[in-house]
Amino acid sequence: MKSGSRLEQILESGQFAVTAELGPPQGSDRAVVDKKLGLLEGVCDAINITDNQTAIVRMSSVAASAQVCQAGQEPVMQMTCRDRNRLAIQADLFGAVALGIRNLLCLSGDHQVFGNDDAAKNVYDLDSIHLLQMVTRMRDEGQTASGTEIEGSVPLFVGAAANPFGDPFDFRPYRLGKKVAAGADFIQTQCIFDMPRFREYMKRVVDLGLHEKTHILAGVMPLRSAGAARYINKGVPGITVPKAIIKRMSGAGKGKAARLEGRTICAEMIQEIQEIEGVHGVHIMAVEWEIAVKSIVRMAGLLPRPEIAPLDLTPAPEPAN
Amino acid sequence: MIVAERKPLPEIIESIAGVKRLMVVGCNTCVAVCLAGGEREVALLSSALRIAANKDGRELEIVERCVERQCEEEYNREVAAEVADVEVVLSMACGVGVQTMAQQFPNAIVYPALNTTFMGQPDELGSWSERCLGCGNCVLAQFGGICPITRCAKNLLNGPCGGSADGRCEVDPEHLECAWQLIYDRLKAIGQLDRLMEITPAKDWSPSRHGGPRQIVREDVQA
Repeated sequence: MKSGSRLEQILESGQFAVTAELGPPQGSDRAVVDKKLGLLEGVCDAINITDNQTAIVRMSSVAASAQVCQAGQEPVMQMTCRDRNRLAIQADLFGAVALGIRNLLCLSGDHQVFGNDDAAKNVYDLDSIHLLQMVTRMRDEGQTASGTEIEGSVPLFVGAAANPFGDPFDFRPYRLGKKVAAGADFIQTQCIFDMPRFREYMKRVVDLGLHEKTHILAGVMPLRSAGAARYINKGVPGITVPKAIIKRMSGAGKGKAARLEGRTICAEMIQEIQEIEGVHGVHIMAVEWEIAVKSIVRMAGLLPRPEIAPLDLTPAPEPAN
Repeated sequence: MIVAERKPLPEIIESIAGVKRLMVVGCNTCVAVCLAGGEREVALLSSALRIAANKDGRELEIVERCVERQCEEEYNREVAAEVADVEVVLSMACGVGVQTMAQQFPNAIVYPALNTTFMGQPDELGSWSERCLGCGNCVLAQFGGICPITRCAKNLLNGPCGGSADGRCEVDPEHLECAWQLIYDRLKAIGQLDRLMEITPAKDWSPSRHGGPRQIVREDVQA
């Protein structure tokens, strides 16, 4: 085991994993994290804690992930290259491990123009592939980026993102291959709505044998309304929501009925995804709609989640000199 | 070349508030080519400043000059007498030229009239694009002659990110091409797509500005 996390144990044992997402508050209010955690308890195997998602300042992913650990749940701490150079990233990773965090998702990060403070200077000292290389080296060779020996260990189960729908489509599976070569133990994809295109992507991924070297979790997002479906289709680069889905959402009406239809479509997609060769789990991105996750997972037939003993967080013994 | 654009007129007027005798000095090299600070622009700015002063009933005398290359002291010597004779020198050179002036004439008050923007090329009349960040360790051979450090908004060395759609960059689809789509297409066209299958390692930024202000010393050409 690389980290011994619940997520790693589930994936390594060949079970279909379920992860969800939790956006920390735009401030210091830990009650927000606790409330969302309550909604996600027992319905997923690990919870992604976003890192200043869409470049909007929030409680740090290190702190919020530590709070998840304290609550006895398991975080996948997200870490972007946008806000930190290699020094800051390594320092935060040491701190995260010391606080009990065992899963990490390496991201380049949304550009700051999408956030609420585009006067900020971005960093991008590393890209997401460099971050993967650096973390796996820290973990496997016990060395920092500059080759200094690390005091203590860095047991992290390391993941990366993939967008199967970005351009150039033909290159996407190869770029995934680079992330795998850089050490990605698992992959969480961008949200999938266009299932035929995702199948085509996965076919190419399987042809390259990548599904045997990493665990791919397909990203899904429940839609709250037909308007949201249209907005994502138009406003989010690289994501298309097929007409049939928009039509279903429109046909469902508004409010509660639309939200139920959105959850139902999401659950159906998860069932479909389970049949696709090479997919080992699902990542549910119910942004600011955490309450939806439980019913989606139930409708998809993925409850209860496997019981895994919580991590033993007693400090590692001092290395023998 | 170095591409610059003139600061907004109100900002320039504010910077010379109370000045009665001013010199506007242009540069005939890069900023003249990009239509920001050559002879013509010196005349235009001077005229605009006079009109503004007249309108407000202020007294303003302007000496208009343009030197060949403001970033070299040798060319600025020809305006030394005028520099000594004005209250403020308003430089229409790039940031390098402004600093050369200030360094060369320690008693002069030198203000910039341009915003120096990037090293780039003209696209068409009235449009310029950034092409080089001066990172100090050129990687163009690897990427088909297209610089991802300059032209990718996240300066990714292993792109493209998920924000590439229809050849455009999500940061500003209307104006920005995705550098990585360009790199992919170009490497494909010249039969070098295999270059993209290898991971480009993390960059050593020390030859870049991140290692502090840079200097080149060439002993072979020093006297």
